[in-house]
Formats: sequence, structure tokens, C-alpha cells
Amino acid sequence: MTATVRGSYLFYRRPGLLTLLLLAPPILWIGIVYIGALLALLLQSFYSLDDFSGVIVREFTLKTYGELFERSNIEIIGRTVTMAAAVTVTSAVIAFPISYFAARYARGSTKAMFYLAVMMPLWSSYLVKVYAWKLILAKEGIITWIAGELHLAWALDALLSTPVIGGPSLSISYIGTYLVFVYIWLPYMILPVQAALERVPGNLIEAAADLGATPKQTFRTVILPLALPGVVAGSIFTFSLTLGDYIIPQIVGNSRAFIGQAVYTLQGNAGNIPLAAAFTVVPMLIMGLYLAMAKRLGAFDAL
Amino acid sequence: MRSEAGVGLKLGAAAGLLFLHLPLVLIFVYAFTTEEKSYQFPPPGYTTRWFSAAWFDRPDIWPPLILSLKVALIATVLALIFGTLAAAALHRARFYGRDSISLLFILPIALPGIITGIALRSAFDIMGLPFSTWTIVLGHATFTIVVVYNNVLARFRRTSQSMIEASMDLGANGPQTFRHVILPQIASALLAGGMLAFALSFDEVIVTTFTAGQQSTLPIWMLNELLRPRQRPVTNVVAIIVIAVTFLPILAAYFVTREGEHTAGSGK
Amino acid sequence: MTTAVSLQQVSRHFGPVRAVDNVTLDIAEGEFFALLGPSGSGKTTCLRLIAGFDQPTSGHIEIFGETAEGLPPYKRNVNTVFQDYALFPHMTVAQNVAYGLMIKGLARTEREPKAEAALAMVKLSGFGSRRPSQLSGGQRPRVALARALVNQPKVLLLDEPLGALDLKLREQMQEELKALQKQLGISFVFVTHDQGEALSMADRVAIFNEGRIVQAGTPADVYERPRSRFVADFVGSSNVMSPGFSAAHGGPNAWTSLRPEKISVLKATQAPGTGLGSADGPVIAMHYQGAVTRIVIMAGDTRLTAAIAAGAAHFAEGETARLVWSKDSLVAMESP
Repeated sequence: MTATVRGSYLFYRRPGLLTLLLLAPPILWIGIVYIGALLALLLQSFYSLDDFSGVIVREFTLKTYGELFERSNIEIIGRTVTMAAAVTVTSAVIAFPISYFAARYARGSTKAMFYLAVMMPLWSSYLVKVYAWKLILAKEGIITWIAGELHLAWALDALLSTPVIGGPSLSISYIGTYLVFVYIWLPYMILPVQAALERVPGNLIEAAADLGATPKQTFRTVILPLALPGVVAGSIFTFSLTLGDYIIPQIVGNSRAFIGQAVYTLQGNAGNIPLAAAFTVVPMLIMGLYLAMAKRLGAFDAL
Repeated sequence: MRSEAGVGLKLGAAAGLLFLHLPLVLIFVYAFTTEEKSYQFPPPGYTTRWFSAAWFDRPDIWPPLILSLKVALIATVLALIFGTLAAAALHRARFYGRDSISLLFILPIALPGIITGIALRSAFDIMGLPFSTWTIVLGHATFTIVVVYNNVLARFRRTSQSMIEASMDLGANGPQTFRHVILPQIASALLAGGMLAFALSFDEVIVTTFTAGQQSTLPIWMLNELLRPRQRPVTNVVAIIVIAVTFLPILAAYFVTREGEHTAGSGK
Repeated sequence: MTTAVSLQQVSRHFGPVRAVDNVTLDIAEGEFFALLGPSGSGKTTCLRLIAGFDQPTSGHIEIFGETAEGLPPYKRNVNTVFQDYALFPHMTVAQNVAYGLMIKGLARTEREPKAEAALAMVKLSGFGSRRPSQLSGGQRPRVALARALVNQPKVLLLDEPLGALDLKLREQMQEELKALQKQLGISFVFVTHDQGEALSMADRVAIFNEGRIVQAGTPADVYERPRSRFVADFVGSSNVMSPGFSAAHGGPNAWTSLRPEKISVLKATQAPGTGLGSADGPVIAMHYQGAVTRIVIMAGDTRLTAAIAAGAAHFAEGETARLVWSKDSLVAMESP
């Protein structure tokens, strides 16, 4: 064999080269477009807005991050994180029976139906779904009507008069915002949990029963720990999506802002891009920590 | 053997599914209401006139619809190319940092969309890039890649490595093996991933509001109608159309990949 | 005789793991050669180096005198039957078999009869239009075989092709494979961890352990004259005596192997014949195995097993038995 003939089998002899060649275009795309943009954003957060002229001062400063710790902004962050946590926990609770039934008991066409029944709302238009809830939660809408028909209007009124979470109508209250968030992100929890449960072999459950565990004990000591990576994977989505959403609270909710709305308003009307950028660092940090933790729990295998 | 599910579990599962679906049914009901100004339930009467109204009286629907289709198409093609390359590379190689790279592709959907949006916006500002169809595409093709990537990677994992070796063993070089063995293996995953990417892009609003400038995609049009309604039932009619446009590809994607694999949308 | 495949000091290391460690091996044209060893012993890696799926870290490989390292699989005139058969699921059986011919650029009219002939050779005439998923477990290796042989390779590589089959089917396929190899007259390189399979089919066997060839030779050679305890134990079963025990019982002053079927068992009262080796000890176990019964005794601290025809003798546990063997049956080994 001569050297020139060997040269034509370059990718065979250097398989790493082919990998590099395959990987370069997508990495460059994501690297330049996405990571580049993130870095640009991060850079902006170290600039500041001149209070009098409203012009962005392109000099390095931590002043903008200082503004983040003003009382009103801390409240926004606290409110958003609380909402994200509540939504995540609720989604997990609602998702579990569906996932568990689909993974363990549904077979054949039932299973296919379950899968489609979860996929369809997941992929249906986000705005359409939010809009549907605007219809449902409106003062003249279906919930008020049902409550009236069941003579439970008093209960609805009592709920709405609860301080903080109540409001003039469901569509102008935290309860409404919370319901819509749960509804919209629920399928993102169901699918990974189901995937994790699918991977629990049936004989493990039989083994636990054989070793004397009651169904409750089996659930707590075998099924739940094995499903945990799926729940964590799902919670990445529910938590992150709630943290960054600015449309749902804009359409259904009261006037108190969430992080997403604050960012949107700051970069738009207020023109305060540095503070908007600093605000986005908060969900990035939270999600960074969250992803690091999820990785350790093996959640990425359940994605 | 598996026992029957308990009543509690069945009820829980059924209630969860109802919760997911009833709101969508309501959209259909409201598309036929005669009440134009409020969301009164039950509707005082039923009419089909909003369908013709949407078609004849509202020319403002068409440009956003066309822009949305165009953006979704381009974003899907880009996602197919980059997603497949990434999946092929990360499947075949075992190298240090592989997990970090796969995290990189998941990041655009793992981080809140508003971050992607404002990050792109500020990058366009810095570069002085004017808003256009392409700025929207640029944004969409960051998060559609992962859908194709996930689908194709899942398929690669199911395809045994010895199949590729067998092809080489029987005399086929790299390109021949790709054409005769690899491509037929991943074709349906590509189709499914492509359709899901299309649906995802067609529906996107959070990132798009930052990258569209004055342009209006169909979701942005809808958002404006939600915030400042003109004819509420027309919005319902458009909502039904949007459901159809996104739902049909998803259904198709499901049937294309259903043989033994249920990963299609798990990484939206 | 022409050398078909030659490995010269070939090593393949994966990081610190020496999967193949300094292997030298010549396989003759027309020879049925078995690579035998436990899993992880390097036999499959060795096969993959010959096929070209992997490249040696060092050393030299020749296939019919031509340097093979650096040459991709599609440039080597060898074909492989994979352990999982690697049939293309999106093609029919006939398309699978004709794949190599199609790649070579043969017209459909030329390759179809050739594929059909190859299928006939493996007794699958008329199965061409099926999909691999519609085949039974016994039919899949046949398709894999036809798909490889249709290309008329000079060397056929088989990677545990019968491992997934049940015993009856496996024995039947062993016979057919052996007959096919004789008929075609090409070299078969056969990887297996089943010593019975290797002994019954191969002209020569190389026994692998921890990446190295520990012994190579004809089946009778490696069975009758194991050179180490590993070979003695892995190929059949064996009694291994320490040099001291062997010398004390009329054997050589070396590690010594004695096959259980070479031993006869007497009552303690019966005298061994002259010129025979013997050892006494209490019976600790009797294993009935159908055709034979295995009797285990402890002679001092050496455990000895004898295999005798079932029903030829009976002992109670703890009763003293006298094991007797011809001194020719003792095989001195080079290492323990």
C-alpha cells in the first residue's frame, strides 16, 4: 500500500475527524447564535441606565445588579419562584396517576390513546390554550355558570375573597394564573415521568411484593425512587417555563408582575436593557443550579 | 402478571386527561357563539357566520399566516440539517465533554424562552441587524434543532452499530452506507422530527415577540387579538385553524414513528 | 499451503485495557479455525481486527499477503457473519443477500439469480421476499451466511453466530456449517466460547485468555496435551496435580493434568494393577449425569474427580475409594 492510497481512507483511519466535521456546523450555529447572544445579554447586564437621560452607559458597573435588590424587584423574584414551585409540585401530583396508569396498565390501543391524549395538548398552540382558559375563567364564563347551577356561587366568592390569591374574578387572580400555568405545562411533566416508569421492570414490583412489601411500601420504596429522575426531568420544564413566561400572567392574572413581565416591560417601554438583562440572570442562575442537580440525579437519561 | 389498576388510580388518570382536554373543546363551542362582546356561558345562540367572517372580512389574518408558514418551513429545514449532524456525531463518538455538548443543544429549551428572546434581541441591537424574516428564523432554529436531534438520536440508539459494520463489510464505503443503510433507518425519525419542529415553530410566540420587530406572525396576531379583541369569535375560528395546522403534523409524526418508539415529543 | 490470514505481534489496547496483547497467528487457506475463549478474552476483538472494524494499536496483519491495517472493511476480501446477524430490517431477505452485489454495481438481472443461489445453498429457497422480522431464529443466521458468502470471500469470519440458538438447532447448524466450509474450500475463522463447538468443528483452535493466545493446535492436541491449567480447565474438565502430588503418585515432578475419564475407580480393598498410578481418599460427592457418574474424592488436600460409566460402581459418601490411572494419561504442563 502506498501512502497516497492510504490517504483516501482518512475518515476510516481518523474517525475523530469525521465526528468533528459532523459536529462543527451545529456547534457553530448554537455557539454563535445562541451562546453568543447569551453572552451579549450578560455583557449588557454590567452596563447601566443613566437615570436622567435614559441613555445606556456602556461602562462596566455592578450598579444594575444592585438595583435588582430593591424591594419591589425582590418581591417580583420571590413571587415568580413561589409560583414556579407551586406549579411544579402540582404538575407532579396530577401527572403521576396518568403516567403510572399509562406506563403500567395501559396496553395496545389504550396505550396509544393515552399517548396521543397527552401529546395533543402538549403540541396544541400555546396561545390557544391560554385563550381557552381566558374563556373558562372569565366572570361570565363556564366556571361561574357551573358554580351557579350547583348553588356553589358562595364558595367561589369565598375563594375569590381570600387575600393575596383572590381577586375580582378568577381571570384576574393568582389562582387563575396558577391554574393556567399548571394546565399549560402539565404534559411536560407527564411524558418524562411516564418514560421513567416505563423503565421500571414489572418484576421489580413483584420482587418487592415477594419480599413482603405492601403495595404502599412498594410504591414508596421502589417505584417512587425509580420515577424520581423522571419527575426531576419534568420539573426542569415546568419550573423553567414558569420562571420565564410573561404571556400567561399578562392575559390571566392581576397587575403584579412576574420576572418575565418585568423583563419584557424593562426592555420594551422602559428601554432599560441593562436591568432587563440583570433580571434574566436570575432564572439562568436558578436553572443552572437546577440543571446541575438534575444531572447528578440522572434526570437527563429520562428526557 | 400485571393486576388491574385500582379505582383510585383510574379515576386520577381519567380526571387528569379530562383536565387536559375540556378547555380545548370549549374553544370549539365558542367559535359558534352569537355573543361577540363577552365570554358568556352558555352561549346565548349558535351561528356559523364567524367562519365566513374570518375568511372574507379579515384580510389582516393572511400576511401573518403566510409569514408563520414561511418561518416554520425554513426553521424546520435548518433543524433537520443541524439536528441530524449533531445526533450522528454525538452518537458515534465517545469523547470527553460529550455530555456538555448534548446539554448545549438542550439549553435553548431548558432555559426560559424569554432569555433566548431578549438575548437575541440585544445581540441584534449590538450588531445593528434589522428585523426581518431571518431574525425570526434565527431564533426559531435554536430551539427546533433539539426536537430533530432527540428524535434522530433515539433512532440511532435503536439501530445496531453492527448494521453499519455489516454494510462496510459487504463492500459499501461511507457515503454508500449512509444512503443504503443509515438514511432508510432514520428516515421516519427525520420526518417525525421535522413535523414536530414545524409545529413548534409555527406556534412560537415568546421568542418571536423579541425577534420579529414590527412583523406579525400568526401567534403574534393572536396575542394582539387576546389583549385587544375586535371580534372574539373570529379569534376562536383562527384558534381552531391553528389547532388543526399543529395537530395534523403531530398526529402524522406519531403514526410515522409509533413502531416501538415513543420519544417523539418528549423533548419539546 | 498458502497463508490466508496472518497476525504478527498484533496488539489492541483500549486505554489501559489490553484487549488483544501481542498475538501472532497464521490461518491457512481452506482451514476451519476457531478462536476459543471466555468472554472478554480478546477473541472477538481479534476477529474485528481481521475484518477491519477496528485497527491494531501495534503489529501487522496480512490477508493473502496483502497488508490489511489501515485498509477499511470495504477494501478487504473477507466477509463477516455477525453475532446479532445485523440483517437490514428495511430490506427483504433477497435484497439483504444481494446487498454486496448491488454495491459492486451488478445489474439487478445478474444479482437476483446469484442471491437466489446463495439462499438455496443455505436451504432458504423461496424466502427471498420475506422481511428479516418474519424469519425464525434458525433462519436468520442462514440469511446472514448467504449474504456473506454470495460475495465469494476468501475468508469468512463468524462471530459466535450460533450463540442465540437452542441446543438442537445449534448442533444441526454446526454440521451444516462444517459441510459448507468443506464444500466451498475457503477459510472460516470462527469465534466461540463453547469448547464443544470449537472441538467438533475446527481443524485448529487458538485458545484466548486475557488478550493472549495461551495455546493453539488441533482439537486433539489441545485436549490431550493442555499446556496450562487454564487450557486444561477451559477445554473439557481436568484434575490438576501439583508437582509434589504428581511425583508422589508416580507422575512427573511438574504441574500435571489428568482427565476424569482416564480414571477408573476401585474399592479400597482392591489392589491396583502394576505400573498404574493411584490415590486413595474418602468420597465427598457423587454426581449422576446420565451417561456418566462423576465421583469426587479428597486425596489429602488434592481434590480428584473421576468420570465412570453410570452404574459401574457405587460408593457411599465418606467411604474410601481408590482412583487408578495409566501413567500415560498424565500430562505434564508448562505452567500451573
